[in-house]
Amino acid sequence: MDSIGKYVSQKISKTRWRPVSSASLQQPEMFATGSWDNEDNKVSLWTIGDHGVASMEDEFEGDTQLLCEIKHEGDVLDLQFLDADRLVTASSSGAVTIYRHHQNNQTLSVAHRWDRAHHYPCDNAPCTGVVCNSPEVVSVGEDGRIILFRADQTGVLRTIENADSSTIHAVTFLRTAEVLTVNSIGQLKLWDLRQQSNEPAQILALTGDRVPLHCVDRHPNQQHIVATGGQDGMLCIWDVRQGNIPFSLMEDHSAEMWEVHFHPSNPDHLFTCSEDGSLLHWETSSSSDTPSFLQSGRNTSIISRSAIAPAGGNQSIISVWLPGDSGKGHLETTHMLPCQTLSVNSLDVLGQCLVCGTDGEAVYVNRQVPV
Amino acid sequence: MEEVDVEPTITFIPGINSKEKHIGFVWGPGDILVYETSHKAAGKQSVGPSCPDVQVVRKDEDIYSPILRKLFNESHHIFVGLQNIRDDLPSKNKKPQFVRISKNYRSVIRACMEELQQIAVSTRDPALAAQYGNQVSILLAVELIWNLCEVLFIDAAPAGSLLLHLLDWVRLHKAEVDEKAQDVLRCESPTRHQFFWDVVISFVLQGRMEEARSMLAKQAVLQPAAQTTFKRMDSLLQKMPIYNPSSTQTLTEFEVKWRQWHEECDASLQDNSFASNPHLETICKILLGDDDTLLEHKELLSTWYHYVVTRLLYTHPTVKPIDLHYYAQMCMDRFLDSQSPPEPLDSILLAAFEFDIHQVIKDCSIALNNWWFVAHLTDLLHHCKLLQSHNLHFGSNLREFLLLEYASGLFTHHSLWQLAVDYFDHCQGFGRVYLELLIERVPLDTERKALKVLRICENRQMNEQVRSICKIMAKRALRNNRLGSALSWTIRAKDAAFATLISERFLQDYCSRGTFSDLDLIDNLGPAMLLSDRLTFLGKYREFHRLYGEKRFTEAAKLLLSLMTAKIAPQSFWMTLLIDALPLLEQKEVIFSVDQTHELMFCLEELTSGKAPPNPDRPMQEEDLETTKIELLRLALARNLAMAIVKEGTVEA
Repeated sequence: MDSIGKYVSQKISKTRWRPVSSASLQQPEMFATGSWDNEDNKVSLWTIGDHGVASMEDEFEGDTQLLCEIKHEGDVLDLQFLDADRLVTASSSGAVTIYRHHQNNQTLSVAHRWDRAHHYPCDNAPCTGVVCNSPEVVSVGEDGRIILFRADQTGVLRTIENADSSTIHAVTFLRTAEVLTVNSIGQLKLWDLRQQSNEPAQILALTGDRVPLHCVDRHPNQQHIVATGGQDGMLCIWDVRQGNIPFSLMEDHSAEMWEVHFHPSNPDHLFTCSEDGSLLHWETSSSSDTPSFLQSGRNTSIISRSAIAPAGGNQSIISVWLPGDSGKGHLETTHMLPCQTLSVNSLDVLGQCLVCGTDGEAVYVNRQVPV
Repeated sequence: MEEVDVEPTITFIPGINSKEKHIGFVWGPGDILVYETSHKAAGKQSVGPSCPDVQVVRKDEDIYSPILRKLFNESHHIFVGLQNIRDDLPSKNKKPQFVRISKNYRSVIRACMEELQQIAVSTRDPALAAQYGNQVSILLAVELIWNLCEVLFIDAAPAGSLLLHLLDWVRLHKAEVDEKAQDVLRCESPTRHQFFWDVVISFVLQGRMEEARSMLAKQAVLQPAAQTTFKRMDSLLQKMPIYNPSSTQTLTEFEVKWRQWHEECDASLQDNSFASNPHLETICKILLGDDDTLLEHKELLSTWYHYVVTRLLYTHPTVKPIDLHYYAQMCMDRFLDSQSPPEPLDSILLAAFEFDIHQVIKDCSIALNNWWFVAHLTDLLHHCKLLQSHNLHFGSNLREFLLLEYASGLFTHHSLWQLAVDYFDHCQGFGRVYLELLIERVPLDTERKALKVLRICENRQMNEQVRSICKIMAKRALRNNRLGSALSWTIRAKDAAFATLISERFLQDYCSRGTFSDLDLIDNLGPAMLLSDRLTFLGKYREFHRLYGEKRFTEAAKLLLSLMTAKIAPQSFWMTLLIDALPLLEQKEVIFSVDQTHELMFCLEELTSGKAPPNPDRPMQEEDLETTKIELLRLALARNLAMAIVKEGTVEA
C-alpha cells in the first residue's frame, strides 16, 4: 500500500484531515496543510478526489488537488480543525488565528486573530502548539505561557503566565478541563484549568537524561495513557495516574520525533514521524485471545508479570500498550513511506487514510492504511 | 584571463541614475547588494534626489518560481538515490540503472514543462505569460540536450541501434506531426485536406512507415485508377528493413538487405513508376535519401538535427558513433544559412554529436542562468565513468565544481537550503567546508528551525557549529529571561561556561528576591546538574532549602556543610550559606556535631581572614552590618560548640 507523493512547492509543517462526522462511515476527503520557512507562508486546503472507483489498479485514483489557500503571517507551527468549517493555526509571530472555510465559493478567510498572544517584553515569541475542544482553544508557546481562548470571544479567557521556564512544545487535552503540556526539559505537566493556581497539578519526567519532548498524544479511549516523542526519537508511553516515570520506551527513530498519533478509532495502532525522514506505523497485536498464564510452555517471569493486576482496582480493559501485557502481544513497526525523504514534519490519520508532509516539499497520501 | 564569450548584459537599477552618481556594490553568495554612493560622476554640478534604498540584484530568478521549485525538489530526490547506488556492482549491470535514472530526470523536466505550459496558457497577464513561455522553451531545449546526451553518452548504443535511438529522439521532440495528423483525420474527407500530403511526408521523414502506409491507403481507395502505383509505393514502404538489435541478424547482413531495398527504390524511380503522381515521386526520392528533395522540405523538417537523422536513415542506417559528427557538421552547414551565427542550442547539439562532453557542459553553463542542468548531468556522467577518460586540468573535479556552485546558489534561497546540504555531502573535496561556512548563516527565527539546523550539524560532527548555534539560541533565551530554555540549549551544546553563567543569573535572582524563580527547572535538573560546578551548587542549594522546608534538619545541615567544605559553593556565597546556617545553630536541639561546628568555624575564619581591615572611607552602615553578622555567627557557633561537646560527652544513663 504505497503512499503517493505530490510536490507542492512549499515545505509542509503541518497536515490535518478535516473531521468527518463519526456517524457516517465516510473516509476523509479534505485535508489542510500549513507551510513554513517561506517568505510567504500559506494555509491550504486540498481534496483527494472521489473514492468512487475502486478497481484493483486504481487504488491511487483521485489526484490531490488544491482547493483554496490563504496567506499566513509567519511559519505555521501548529494547525487544528476547530470544527468542520474552521481551523486554528499557531504562528511563529506569536499569533493564534481562526480561519473559516466557505464551502459555497471555496475560499478561506480569517475569522479572528489574536495577535501577539505569545510574546516577550520586546520581541515576538513563536506560538508552538494549539489544541481545540470546541469552543475552547488552548495555545502554548516559546514564552512559556498557556493561554485559553474561546472561539467566539475576542478577548483572552485566561493566561497562565510563566507556566514553564522553558519552551512548551505541544499541548493536548486530557479531559475536558485538563491539559497536558510537554517542554524542552523533558517534563510532562498536567494542568487543571478549573483551578485558579498557576501551578501544574502534576509533573512527570524521566529520571535519566532529560531529553526535550516534542509531541504528545492521548489514547482515544483510555484517558490516562499518553504517548510522547522526544528529541532522540524515543517513543514513551506514560500512565498519568500512577508513578511519574514512563511505562515503556521504544526507540526506532534516529532523530527528533515530530508527531505521534494514536489511531482515533483503532487505538492498537500508533503512528510517528521524524526528522530522519521516516513514518512508522506501530502495531501491537495479541498473539492469541487466552491470557498468557493459561498457555503452556510460557516462562514464569511472563506469567508473574501479567498476573499482577494494575493498581487502581479492577480493570476489565487492560491496555495493550502497558508492559504488563507485553508477554501477551508483540509490537510491529512498519515504514509507511516508500523511500527515505527529508524530514517528515507532520502526519494525520483518520479512518483508513493517512496524510503526511515533508521538508522535501511533498505531501503523501495513503488511502489503504491497514488498520 | 579567458576572453568573454558573449557580451555582458546591462541591468538598470531603478531609482539610481548611474550617469549622475556612482553605484557602490557588495557581493553576496548569490546576489549583489547595490546602493547609491555620494560620489558624483565627473563633471556634474547639480544632482537629482538621492535614492535611500539598498537594492538586491539577483541573477537567478528561477529558484523563486513555484513550479520550478518542484523540479529542484524532485531532482534532489533522484540525485540522492543516484549517489546511493553501490559501487561494487559490475558496470554492465549498472547501465540500465543509469539509463533509468536519466529517464527519471527527464520525466521530471517534462512534468514541469507541462505545468508551466498550462499556466502560461491560462494566465491573463501578458508579461507573466511571456516569462512562462520563455521558461517552457528553455526547459524544452534542456530536455532535448539531455535526451541526446542520454542516447549518445549514457546508453552509448553501437552502430545500428544508434540510429533507432536517434529516431526515437527526433520523434519525441517533433510532436506537431501527430497534432497535424489528428486534424487531418478528423475532417470529413482527409485526403482533400490541405495538409494531407504534408502529414504523409512528415511520417516518411520520421521513418514512421506504418502510419504513412495507412494514410496512403485512404488515398489509394479514392483513386482506383492509380492502384498499381499506390501498391508499388506501399510495398516499398513495407519492405524497408529496420534493424532489430535483439535478433540474430548481424549488422553486415542487415546492410546487405538494406542495400537491396535501396536499389529497388532506385529502380522504381528510374522506370518512372511514380511519374503520374508527383507526391509519390517525392516520397520515393526521400526514400533514396536525395539531398535536394530533403532540403526542399525544410519547413517540415524544421530543424537541422531532424535533417541529419532523416538523411542518415535513408543513406547510412548503420552509421557508427564516431562518424556521426561528420554528417552532423555537413548537414548543419547545408541546412542553416551561413550568414547568421549558430544559436547556442545548435552548437551544443553539434558538440554532443562530436562526443565532446566538456564542450557541451561548458556551452550549457554559459547559455543557462542556473547551474541545475549542468550539475545534475555532469554528476550522472561522472557516475557512468565518462568524465575520467577526458584529460582536463580540472578533470574529475568538474563535477564537484558544478555541484558546489549549484548548491551554493540553493543555499541563498530561504527555503531550499535544506536540499543543498545533501549536495554538499557528496562533494568530497570542499563540500564540508562550504557547509560549515554556510550553515551558520541560516537565520534562526524559531526553535524548530534551530533544531533542524542542529540536527544537520550533529549528524556530521560539526561541533564548532553546534556550539555556536546553541550559544546564539541560549543568549537569545537569556535576553528574554527564559532561563529554562537557555539551560536546555546549554545542555545540548555541553557548554560548561554558559551553564555557569545561567546559574549565576539564578543565584543573583535569589539574592535580590529571596526566593528562587523557576523552581520547576531547578528541582528537576537531574544529571544535567553535573555540567558545571555552579549549576551543581545551584541544584544542591535548592535541595538544602527543600530539606529545611521539610524539617529534615540533620540532612540539611550535612548538605550545607558539604557545600562549603567540598568547595562546590563559590566563596562569594559562603556568607549567605553561613547566615543560612544560623537558624540551625540556634535550634534547641543540637544539629551540628562538634566536628561539623569546628569546620564551620574554620570556614568563617577563612572568609574573614581574607577581608580587608576596616576602611574609614567605607560607609559605616555596611561595616556595621558585616561585623554584626560575623559577631552573631561567632556567638552562635561558640554556643553550639559548647552544647555539642556537652551532648557528645554525656554518657547515656
